[in-house]
Amino acid sequence: MIFPALLELPSVVAAIPAVGVNHYLIVSALLFAIGFFGVLLRKNTLVIYMSLELMLNAATLAAVAFSRFNGMMDGNILVFFIITVAAAEVAVGLAIIVALFRKRHTVQVEELGTLKN
Amino acid sequence: MQDVFFYIFGTLTLTCAMLVVTNRNAVNAAMFLIVSFLGMAALFVLLEAYFLAMIQVLVYAGAVVVLFLFIIMLLDIQGGPRIRTKPLTAVAGLVSVSMLVLGIVWMVRAGALPEPETLPPASGVSMKAFGYSLFTTYLLPMQVTGFLLLVSMIGVIVLSKKFDQPGVAKAAGGSAPPAR
Repeated sequence: MIFPALLELPSVVAAIPAVGVNHYLIVSALLFAIGFFGVLLRKNTLVIYMSLELMLNAATLAAVAFSRFNGMMDGNILVFFIITVAAAEVAVGLAIIVALFRKRHTVQVEELGTLKN
Repeated sequence: MQDVFFYIFGTLTLTCAMLVVTNRNAVNAAMFLIVSFLGMAALFVLLEAYFLAMIQVLVYAGAVVVLFLFIIMLLDIQGGPRIRTKPLTAVAGLVSVSMLVLGIVWMVRAGALPEPETLPPASGVSMKAFGYSLFTTYLLPMQVTGFLLLVSMIGVIVLSKKFDQPGVAKAAGGSAPPAR
């Protein structure tokens, strides 16, 4: 019974409890965990970057859920800024990856160990 | 009905996120990333943040993933030797991820965040309220964000421009390709 919200999915439709802030938080936490897992285990820089975007999205989902269930506007505005900054960040990050590929001809993190030791 | 949609789109988002992480092909990962972002936009709609759902589709599922696909195809990084993950790394990743999930689930189950008795009226619905808030209370962050976009644009241009070596371009007379 670790993930009650997910295990109850195939049950009768009428028996599903009303979805509240906790359900959204569980989805957000799982999404963050998946993204974190990807950042730790993948070797391709681009896939690591995609996992980072997933983590950022998990944080925005939590912010929007809190904003909705508190009846306040500010969480939505914060998420608006987060999305704007994330777009800028993706552009710069991908430009860095391209510059790296030009110099080193690889994007695998295992082969980018110049700063090691 | 809303609950059913929550479960559908929640599982869609999480499944596609899992596929992004586990997929060996970077192009397929980007495709699943689009689906994951669309599921997230649907969750935003369920939270009655319609403007953010629209922005999510336009900026994330549109611009960001297209940028990813563009770079993946530009670099052409498919194939190559497959590097095994060290067992210690895998164990550390699993332990840290499960600790994170267990912490959140414990917090939810312990009732640290009680559900409100009555749901407050949705605030993210009105575009007018959104714009008003952006240009009054949050005017300074708005300006700073605009400046940040300008800086990132200049940064990307500087990063991706090939600067000629000093002297090489003059010696070549501008006709021959610069020596590397």
